[in-house]
Amino acid sequence: MAEIQLKSNRFREERETDWRRLEVLLGRAERQGIAALRKDEILELPVLYQQALSSLSVARSISLDQALVDYLESLCTRAYFFVYGTRTRIGERVAGFFLREWPMAAQALWRETLVALSIGVIGTVVAFLLVRSDPDWFYGFVQAELANGRDPTATTAFLRETLYPKVSVHEGLSAMSAFLFTHNSQVALFAFALGFALCLPTAALLLYNGCMLGAFLALFASRKLGIEAGGWLMIHGVTELFAITLAGAAGLSLGWSVAFPGERTRVDAAAHAGRRAAMLMAGVVVMLFCAGLLEGFARQLIRADWARYSVAATTGVLWCAYFYWPRRRRT
Amino acid sequence: MTFTDRVTGLVRRGRAPRERKAPDTGWREFVTPEGVDLKLRIASYAERCGAFLLDFLILVAGLLALTLVAAIGGGVTRSRLGAEVAFIVWTIGAFALRNFYFMWFELRPGAATPGKRRMGLRVAARDGGRLTADAVLARNAMRELEVFLPLSFLFARGQGIDAILIGLGAIWSGVFILFPLFNRDRLRLGDLAAGTMVVKAPKRVLRPDLSETGAMPGLTFTPAQLDAYGVKELHVLEEVLRKHDRRTVAEVARRIRTKVGWDGPADVSDGAFLAAYYAGLRGRLERRLLFGHRRKDKFDKA
Repeated sequence: MAEIQLKSNRFREERETDWRRLEVLLGRAERQGIAALRKDEILELPVLYQQALSSLSVARSISLDQALVDYLESLCTRAYFFVYGTRTRIGERVAGFFLREWPMAAQALWRETLVALSIGVIGTVVAFLLVRSDPDWFYGFVQAELANGRDPTATTAFLRETLYPKVSVHEGLSAMSAFLFTHNSQVALFAFALGFALCLPTAALLLYNGCMLGAFLALFASRKLGIEAGGWLMIHGVTELFAITLAGAAGLSLGWSVAFPGERTRVDAAAHAGRRAAMLMAGVVVMLFCAGLLEGFARQLIRADWARYSVAATTGVLWCAYFYWPRRRRT
Repeated sequence: MTFTDRVTGLVRRGRAPRERKAPDTGWREFVTPEGVDLKLRIASYAERCGAFLLDFLILVAGLLALTLVAAIGGGVTRSRLGAEVAFIVWTIGAFALRNFYFMWFELRPGAATPGKRRMGLRVAARDGGRLTADAVLARNAMRELEVFLPLSFLFARGQGIDAILIGLGAIWSGVFILFPLFNRDRLRLGDLAAGTMVVKAPKRVLRPDLSETGAMPGLTFTPAQLDAYGVKELHVLEEVLRKHDRRTVAEVARRIRTKVGWDGPADVSDGAFLAAYYAGLRGRLERRLLFGHRRKDKFDKA
């Protein structure tokens, strides 16, 4: 048999160098990224990819060498993912995110945002009223380690002290920012992921968050420190609570689309909502970073109530304008 | 059609024996825009667990290294500022490791974390389109629910009613871990929320063609001898030759010699005999393939 060379053998001999070339380029691109390829190599890749694909079709129909077909399948798959994979540069990606994707995602979820906001507000109001009527409710809403001594038994002087802490500039401010940022982001991501379980856990988390807020406010209000506590809270709270509300909205949209997929299939609806909500979540992490900075630095350094309130108002206006300013929809 | 007819029709339809589904092999059609089916295989649960464990170990090792560096760095400077910087580096670093390790690697051209690459896996968009950043983000944000929630229940301790609640929570969160076992494409929650799937995409090397290396000029077979087998047996023979386990080779050679009624030179080694038979069989089958007939296996008459 050997004297007459097989067709599949000749087929392989003629094309092998091209396959190997493609393999080398792919290997380099996969290991070091697209930047590792020269311009002519980038242009060469799609051509080699198409050659390999047609080789695969031919090999499937004329060659019975299983190893060869397997090799070509794996090579074509790798090349396919590279040729049709993500190609945008990181700079463009980031710019697109801040200019369009993030605010668009926030706009698209305005209904969920309103729902999340009202859940939080209901929690706050209920807890506020309960604690005002009977201070013992406070312990039901706030854990001892979080209260840190700020409970109904504390003196008014002590409470006032916590609102205007004496800190020198260097002392632990940036460390505190870092800690607050990472902690809050983790909680927000968690709230989002929980939404998958049909919205309920996210709603519960939002409600509980509101309750804690209401309980604290009620405690300070009972000592005639309500205005001061508001300033202490709102200087970063506008950003932070907004971020938490958005995270809740992202979670709710995900859970809702799983529970009520509408015209799509459940799987498609989940994927669609998940991707949109993920964009919003990336933005939430950015917001929480700002909130961490405000909480760690601004709150400790700015001590006048009016200044705290004006910072809070400014951040509120800025965020709302950024998200909800009408934009042209690009298709 | 009377009412009773309709009712019995309904009942019968309800009772009709359900078609047995063929067991799922995990192969999925995946047609490129050029119209070629790449035939991807869905990664198995075991492979994905293995990949995750590897990544988890890398993460833990990274965290340990980070802690060491921060502790040593903070200790060496012996100042408040040094300690503070070390603390910041540690907090932000740990946060980044936990959240961006998976994202960073899956956004690269390989679309696989080191663990996945080791297991020959990669992430792909389920619709065959490009894997976008938001999809990668979504599938990894869900890890909170799938990994860290069960972990937190695992480490929670409580008495009485708390213990019951923790137990229920653990069961509830366990659903998310086992989720990939209960759907066709072995999607985890993150895949579901992002429209992605994890497929096998191993790197293969091009191996030598056995029909070229194996052929011996002295050994020829008659067409009747070569018609004993079909494509399926050819592929099994190829595997045997490539693995080259001595006992298997001897056994297979013995069987083929009996089957084809080998009466040629008896002093040929088993390996050489099989290689020659492989070359002959492949030549014959491929030639018939070119004329439009693919002989499936040895039972395929014609």
